[in-house]
Amino acid sequence: MVDVLLAADGITRRFGGLVAVNAVSLRLERGSVHAVIGTNGAGKSTLINILSGEIGASAGKVELLGEDVTTLSQPQRALRGLGRSYQRSTIFPHFTVAENCRLAAQATRQRPWAIWEFAGACPQTTGRARSAIDRAGLAQDAERLAGSLPHGRKRQLEIALCLATTPRVLLLDEPLAGMGPEETERMLALLSQLKADHAILLVEHDMDAVFRIADRITVMVNGIAIASDTPQSVRANPEVQRAYLGDGH
Amino acid sequence: MKVPLPARQAVAAVIVVALLAAFPLIGGKYEIDLIARILVLAIFALSLELLVGQTGLVSFGHAAFFGLGAYTTALLLQDPDPRSFWLILAASMLVAGAYALPVAALSLRTRGVYFIMVTLAFAQLVYYVFHDTKIAKGSDGIYLTGVPEFSLAGWVPFNVTRSLPFYYVALGALCLVYALLVALGRSRFGRALAGIRVNEQRMRAAGFATYPYKIAAFVVAAMLAGLAGFLKATKDGYVNPEMLAWHESGAVLLMIILGGLGKWRGAVLGAFAFVLLQEFFKNDAVFGEFAKRWQLLLGFTIIACVLFLPHGLIGLPARLRQREHRHG
Amino acid sequence: MNATTFLVQCLNAVQYGLLLFLVASGLTLIFGAMNIINLAHGSFYMVGAYMAYALAPFVGDYLGGGFFTTLLVGLLLSIALGYVLEWGFFSFLYEREHLQQVLMTYGLILIFEELRSIIVGDDVHGVAAPAWLAGTIPLGSLMTYPVYRLFISAVCLLVALGMYLVLSRTRLGMAIRAGSVNREMAQSLGVNIDFLYRLVFAAGVALAVLAGMIAAPISSVYPGMGGQVLIICFVVVVIGGIGSVRGAFIAALLVGFVDTFGKVFFQEAAGVLVYLMMAAILLWKPEGLFRQG
Repeated sequence: MVDVLLAADGITRRFGGLVAVNAVSLRLERGSVHAVIGTNGAGKSTLINILSGEIGASAGKVELLGEDVTTLSQPQRALRGLGRSYQRSTIFPHFTVAENCRLAAQATRQRPWAIWEFAGACPQTTGRARSAIDRAGLAQDAERLAGSLPHGRKRQLEIALCLATTPRVLLLDEPLAGMGPEETERMLALLSQLKADHAILLVEHDMDAVFRIADRITVMVNGIAIASDTPQSVRANPEVQRAYLGDGH
Repeated sequence: MKVPLPARQAVAAVIVVALLAAFPLIGGKYEIDLIARILVLAIFALSLELLVGQTGLVSFGHAAFFGLGAYTTALLLQDPDPRSFWLILAASMLVAGAYALPVAALSLRTRGVYFIMVTLAFAQLVYYVFHDTKIAKGSDGIYLTGVPEFSLAGWVPFNVTRSLPFYYVALGALCLVYALLVALGRSRFGRALAGIRVNEQRMRAAGFATYPYKIAAFVVAAMLAGLAGFLKATKDGYVNPEMLAWHESGAVLLMIILGGLGKWRGAVLGAFAFVLLQEFFKNDAVFGEFAKRWQLLLGFTIIACVLFLPHGLIGLPARLRQREHRHG
Repeated sequence: MNATTFLVQCLNAVQYGLLLFLVASGLTLIFGAMNIINLAHGSFYMVGAYMAYALAPFVGDYLGGGFFTTLLVGLLLSIALGYVLEWGFFSFLYEREHLQQVLMTYGLILIFEELRSIIVGDDVHGVAAPAWLAGTIPLGSLMTYPVYRLFISAVCLLVALGMYLVLSRTRLGMAIRAGSVNREMAQSLGVNIDFLYRLVFAAGVALAVLAGMIAAPISSVYPGMGGQVLIICFVVVVIGGIGSVRGAFIAALLVGFVDTFGKVFFQEAAGVLVYLMMAAILLWKPEGLFRQG
């Protein structure tokens, strides 16, 4: 039984006269990585922002774990199991790695009125943070200041921050950005691991990585999804070749 | 063996409080009143630190809540009959908080520079209400006819408007507010505010509805400012619209920068530094004729502070150590 | 209220609004182009008013007097002032956090106030409008309207037109708009950013000073005038949208009408009305009516 965790239907977004995203539909299934590729300006960022809830859609529907979340805000979707990583890291540089993840995990147990309770003493929150750190492979860096990490580990922390709230769906925006070959390997290994119990949407420019790890690829050109298929089919698709892969890429 | 930081800070705080408590033994009336004035301003500064230093919301209209607390106090004490200190205190904080709620709801829809300007504008609104209308005799200000009665279960130990009792009440209030804010800073709410300050986007992506958090911080900060206003009105026995003027908002902002953003003790230090600096600049024994031009000196000081002491006085030891490192 | 009184109030509202636009346009230009919030902008307005008062005798003795000569001298001085200020002070504010800009320009206000106090004192002064503009024109059968107020409106409109032409039709205007959008890119395209910023800043100062100078005969010259106009300008900029000169124009007129007619109908509460309007607009459009970009 295919487990569809996120379903987007007919997502359209207009900015004045410009149609940034034009009737794009996709499904994210548990245990799979769905990559979205396209040239700059193809609408990938807008699409991911609509899925995460940061901007609204002009038309279309987004369903998360069977629930219609189209009108829900980003924090509301996050609490329902949607995680998001950003192309430019949104870590807290002056806090330790442990505190970074603890703070993110705190979202699942907020209790803002309990000002007599020391935030760091909550076992649920620190427990979640701990497992997120371990999963992302940052256990040895837990007490380091996040800002002092090398770039690759910062990107791992970005993933860890998503995992801290134990989401079911992960929207990853260029997690490999600025990474060297070794770091890329590590990140891909992490993503393969995460694949098993999450549904992952991956926006990426690194084509080798995409074809290695993606189970499904959607190709966007000028806001339209011109292909949405298995990697082999996409590679063989003449339209895709013409619009994207073949033209001097 | 290095004593852990929190323990060291706690000891330092106790020492400072003990020194302040002992001060009236050596100080004359003028000095006691001066320090009492600083203690009240320290509460005002701490309230803004919650907003600016902890949550990252730069408000240039915080004097509105200070003034609302003061005016509430004055308007409730127009009768010579004594009124409960606690009741008026609560009323002052509530009125400040009540105005803060719609202001926060509207202002927090804006960002960055807009927010600064909008908070300033909302403070001006209150200023004009008290300055132009007859609610409280307009620009002349009003005197308190009554006195808040500081009673503990029926027993009135002292007249809180007299120098010495007021000094200790102010000191007690400062300690309570300080302790409250330290606890708040370590709590989930406080940590969430810190997260919002550093990276609001990540907080929202994690699942924090940041708008209500910011409103809450704004209202709490306003109520604490109202508390400070209540104390000021009680001490001075007089309020006027200038307490709501934007110069007051600028002064308190300067205090927390001068002391150093990001640490509660910075706000207290800043209040001391600001008032003592002002007293120094106004002192004609030191500056002679130029003492009348103290605003000029203050202006230069503000600019110098921003340029050379970006982390305030709290950051001074670190800067000096940096200097030594480079030279030594 | 009969038709003529209504017309008079409309003219007053337009004149006040246009004057506000003159000041606010400088503020929004500087912010739009250089991302600097300048609290001392109101001080430039005050400087303009005091210049109108203080320069008149000097111009009379050495330059043969004349209103326009005084204006010209004041403008030249203000451009020089703006140039020096940008070079010596404001250039340190770019790339700084807004909080630091707020504090440094607040310190500047204190310095300006004291310098003014030292140089010309704290007295309130009246400035006479030039004789040939001091008359009135008849409106209807019973009322008259001061020519000078019409003159103010005319000057502001001319400046507004000039600004529109420069910003939208000239290379300089394009450079200004480009510089505000992306400093590095504009620089790489060959725009001398430092000179451009200095120019824009000087222009902003000149606009505020001009406003102060022409407003002096009707608003008189007093110490607190800088602070008062500054905050209203903030309201105008917030309503109109930061960086948008067009927004500032519309918002200024809006404020002019609300304030003028507010005083007619509500007297005491008039001062509050403008802020209430700002609150209402924020409810609807938190980034102002014409947000830039």
